[in-house]
Amino acid sequence: MPDTYQPRILAFFCNWCTYTAADLAGVSRMKYAPTTRVVRVMCSGRIDPQFILSAFAKGADGVLIGGCHPGDCHYLEGNVKCLRRFRILQRMLVDLGIEPERIRLEWISASEGGKLKEVINAMSADLVRLGPLNLPDALRSFDAEVLKEETEAEVQELVTIP
Amino acid sequence: MSTKPKVGFYWCASCGGCEESFVDVAEAILDLAQLVEFAIFPVAMDFKRQDVEALDDGEIFATMINGAIRTSEQEEMCHLLRRKSQVIIAYGSCAYSGGIPALANLVSKEALMKYVYEDAPTVVNPDHARPQTETLDQGRMATLPEIREMVRSLDQVIEVDYSIPGCAPNPKLVLAALQTLLSGERPPKGAVLAPNVALCANCPRIDTKPRELSVKAFKRPHLHEVDPDTCLLAQGFLCMGPATRSGCGEACIRGNMPCTGCYGPVDGILDQGAKILTSLASLVEAHDEAGIDHAMEAIVDPVGSFYRYGMAKSLLRRKIDLPTPVAR
Amino acid sequence: MVSDNSHNPAEEVRIGFFICHCGVNIASKIDVAEVAKFAETLPGVVVSRDYKYMCSDAGQDLIVEDIKNFRLNRIVVAACSPFLHEKTFRTATQRGGINPFLCHMVNIREHGSWVAEDRVTATEKAKAMAQGGVGRVRRHVALEKRREPVLQSVLVVGGGIAGIQAALTLANAGKHVYLVEREPTIGGHMAQFDKTFPTLDCAACILTPKMSEVGSHPNITLWAYSEVIHSEGYVGNYKVKVRRKARYINEDECTGCMECVEHCSFKTGVVDDEFNVGLVKRKPVYMSFPQAVPKIVVIDPLTCAKLSGGKCEESCIPACDRQALDFTQTERVEEIEVGAIIVATGFKTFDAKRKPYYGYGDFPNVYTSLEIERMVTSSGPTEGEVVCRDGRVPKSVGIVHCVGSRDHQTNRWCSRVCCMASLKLAYLLKEHTGAEIYNFYIDMRTPGKGYEEFYERLLEEGNHFIRGRVAEVTDFAMRPEEENHLIIQVEDTLSGYVRRVPVDMVVLAVGIEPQADASVVRRLFNISCSDEGFFLERHPKLAPVSTATEGVYLAGCCQGPRDIPDTVAQAGAAAAEALALLDPGFVEMEPMTAYVENELCSGCKTCQTMCPYGAISNDAERKIAVINPMLCKGCGTCVASCPSGAIHQNLFDDQELFDEIQEVLAHA
Repeated sequence: MPDTYQPRILAFFCNWCTYTAADLAGVSRMKYAPTTRVVRVMCSGRIDPQFILSAFAKGADGVLIGGCHPGDCHYLEGNVKCLRRFRILQRMLVDLGIEPERIRLEWISASEGGKLKEVINAMSADLVRLGPLNLPDALRSFDAEVLKEETEAEVQELVTIP
Repeated sequence: MSTKPKVGFYWCASCGGCEESFVDVAEAILDLAQLVEFAIFPVAMDFKRQDVEALDDGEIFATMINGAIRTSEQEEMCHLLRRKSQVIIAYGSCAYSGGIPALANLVSKEALMKYVYEDAPTVVNPDHARPQTETLDQGRMATLPEIREMVRSLDQVIEVDYSIPGCAPNPKLVLAALQTLLSGERPPKGAVLAPNVALCANCPRIDTKPRELSVKAFKRPHLHEVDPDTCLLAQGFLCMGPATRSGCGEACIRGNMPCTGCYGPVDGILDQGAKILTSLASLVEAHDEAGIDHAMEAIVDPVGSFYRYGMAKSLLRRKIDLPTPVAR
Repeated sequence: MVSDNSHNPAEEVRIGFFICHCGVNIASKIDVAEVAKFAETLPGVVVSRDYKYMCSDAGQDLIVEDIKNFRLNRIVVAACSPFLHEKTFRTATQRGGINPFLCHMVNIREHGSWVAEDRVTATEKAKAMAQGGVGRVRRHVALEKRREPVLQSVLVVGGGIAGIQAALTLANAGKHVYLVEREPTIGGHMAQFDKTFPTLDCAACILTPKMSEVGSHPNITLWAYSEVIHSEGYVGNYKVKVRRKARYINEDECTGCMECVEHCSFKTGVVDDEFNVGLVKRKPVYMSFPQAVPKIVVIDPLTCAKLSGGKCEESCIPACDRQALDFTQTERVEEIEVGAIIVATGFKTFDAKRKPYYGYGDFPNVYTSLEIERMVTSSGPTEGEVVCRDGRVPKSVGIVHCVGSRDHQTNRWCSRVCCMASLKLAYLLKEHTGAEIYNFYIDMRTPGKGYEEFYERLLEEGNHFIRGRVAEVTDFAMRPEEENHLIIQVEDTLSGYVRRVPVDMVVLAVGIEPQADASVVRRLFNISCSDEGFFLERHPKLAPVSTATEGVYLAGCCQGPRDIPDTVAQAGAAAAEALALLDPGFVEMEPMTAYVENELCSGCKTCQTMCPYGAISNDAERKIAVINPMLCKGCGTCVASCPSGAIHQNLFDDQELFDEIQEVLAHA
């Protein structure tokens, strides 16, 4: 592994546009940052906000959603439904301390392999600048201060006033 | 010595509403009192910690603990009660999922302490004094519990057998749960003792909800007149009913107020806030960013609205860029 | 179609992991052996192998044998895009005796090796992707494909040579075809051409028999002067609405005798004749050209004195001895049901005014290639006589290639046909006028049977070829011999200096563009487009006439510039695809539909707002949502919206995705 920090982007790509664009980027041998882990969904409308929170909780440094351009959705308007969730989710994530650059929604059509490459590279650069999110470790450490069962007796001795 | 099963009722970071709900079991509580003996009930009866410590492990049949967990003392008491009880029930939203106190997970402990002891308008504290866990006074050491960095739900501190959510829980659910347990029946461990279906299933207004609802802009109930018969979402008010477990008796809806989500999600949902978000955003009519943002302008505080009772149990658990707790 | 040996959820998960080298396509950037070794350590993986070509027979047999030998009940294949070989490996999985949907593909080629620069990171990424696939496949369950009947009729949209060819092929095979054409007649651009390159066959001579065959074919319902306005449904079962514009002519009565045109109260043409690209005017009542199919006149309501509300002596009415004129006619909407749709909506030519320095519209003697096509046609407005707008017969003609094409300011693509079309026009203009012909080209592109030979013939016949993109067409004379001429200024890149070539006539070889309303049409049929706006095929090599929407096929220039032979071949291919869909009589539907877990549904109706296909209804009695699997297309939008997690989607269920998310991120 190279020494430089490689962020991890969980990418939810819709089957018809962005997943196909990623295939096209591959067929065209476009090189881009090895940061994405693609999860294929049939439509960006399938993306439950729980998936995005779960991705962060499980170690993603960023989440990229790729859907068809407005008006081009294979399922008519699934992408708009995704957008409605995304707008409020991004606002909420900022309140939860996650920078807006860590979650990105892009319309990338099946023919836009070049755009896909640019988006991934740009987002990767943003995430390198922000540094790791590393929520799995943070979540583990959240309970570091809690009393553990095995030490309880010991603690009790110290705290209880006889 | 009595042979009646012992029952405990303890509180942590709590408002006392849960105790009220327990008393609201009403006449039935008298029957209940015939059947059980209280081992600890700080609000109603005078038990001391030593009384509980004196019991054998597992001697208490069931203890209901309400309130969220934030201090070392609460943790100690929970551990103690866990050891002494056969069954632990997380009672009420705070114990179940953090409740209102868990919204404190959006600010750092330091910011809270500074406000409460220094900056609040009613505070005069020129020396910037703060409570200490240990104070030597006339040769005697006085101690106070430690306040943790985060608020937790009960199951994040001790093992929990069952939960009865609600702010406060519906007394009918409480009674049913106790009767079930006393009859010797044990639901599967971890069960939430409330129906596993969302509020809309029982909502008296469900028939007024249109088949394809689309909302131009959400409204805040204190700024508009609320029709007492129509689906609140159809009126544009933020109602969390679709994403909230039922069992409450639809008290808020019948009181002409939208559901705020206190019963938490149904089984299998990892994050109630995310589900509230998706169900509300799904109703928005607008197609473009400006229109969508406008529709959701009335959601002034998304975290506070979506995670009003569930912050501690959410996937992220708290604002993630606050100081991380230090291991003891 | 599903094996009996279906998966039992209680049984132990036994996963086989297979990683493909794809020759060097994957193996050069990903250490496949290392990934295989890594996969072996993942929970549930019983056997893990790498193989040179997994998609080969031997590779597939490896899966089949391993399923039997290791009692595998889940398969993960890390190879190319599922768009290429998902079907292959599902079939192999089925041959091994387990349900095909217990197989999952991980795309480590298109999304992995081909986009990677560094072998170490690419290998690590492949491991993460493998872990994601293994993580999700554990949750897979056996699924059944549903069979749906396929309607035995086809809609062909567009009546140019592509639509005509597709319609005839299908009709001759016994399928009923609805051919919808926007213009009053079929024929499209080909009907406007004089000759076809390189054989110089007369376009009309080879096209009009096909047109009349369409007009009289018992299996073809021809609706000209009509437009598709709505389309819904799914493969094998599309419902389409067609607007049939009012012709103001009783179609059953009109014989195309043109007496009404003759007797129109306008004695001469009043509006630009579309068919002759504005070279002449036509009357409000007209027929595009004498061989039009259907051979029926049409009245243009905007210019007709009667229909536009003006005064008119209505002399056309008595002129028709069959009383075919009907000024009360209104447009009507036909609703049809078809199994497949072929989109052949053609192209438009580049608007030469977008290159103002070529003087089109400013200098009367600057023409587009399409105008010249009409002019050299013996049946055209000048009856084949080539005369400039100022009346003189040109003694010299300059043909400017690549107008609007291969140009970063306008269209970047090569329009493919203009080199040959320009050569053809050069030949015809020389033949008609004996003029000196100058071709200004960037590159000569003549790939095709007999094309290069045709180019050589023109070289030998003394045509001038100057390599260079024309900078300007001007009438500003700098030398006496330039007076009263158009001067073409160009850098001759072969001789290396700037030349000014005075000519009498300039022909702009305008390129091919998507139709102006292409984006409306493609949304109607749920087709994607490429950057330029041409309709996108499912795969450029392996599915060139299919689209991402099952049962919708492409033919002709709507998919990209091409010449007539290629268009006809492609139309035949589209017809063959449609036939292959129709002939079995049924279609197997992908099982990725959504369904409701009844006990968990609260009847909140959130999902009903989501479904664009009206597949979700509310059971009035139980007050819960019910999804009609026939109408569900499997987008999963309702699943994401369900606040109770009560809706599940086959192959994309919450648990499958949660596990994939967790596992794909688990590898550092």
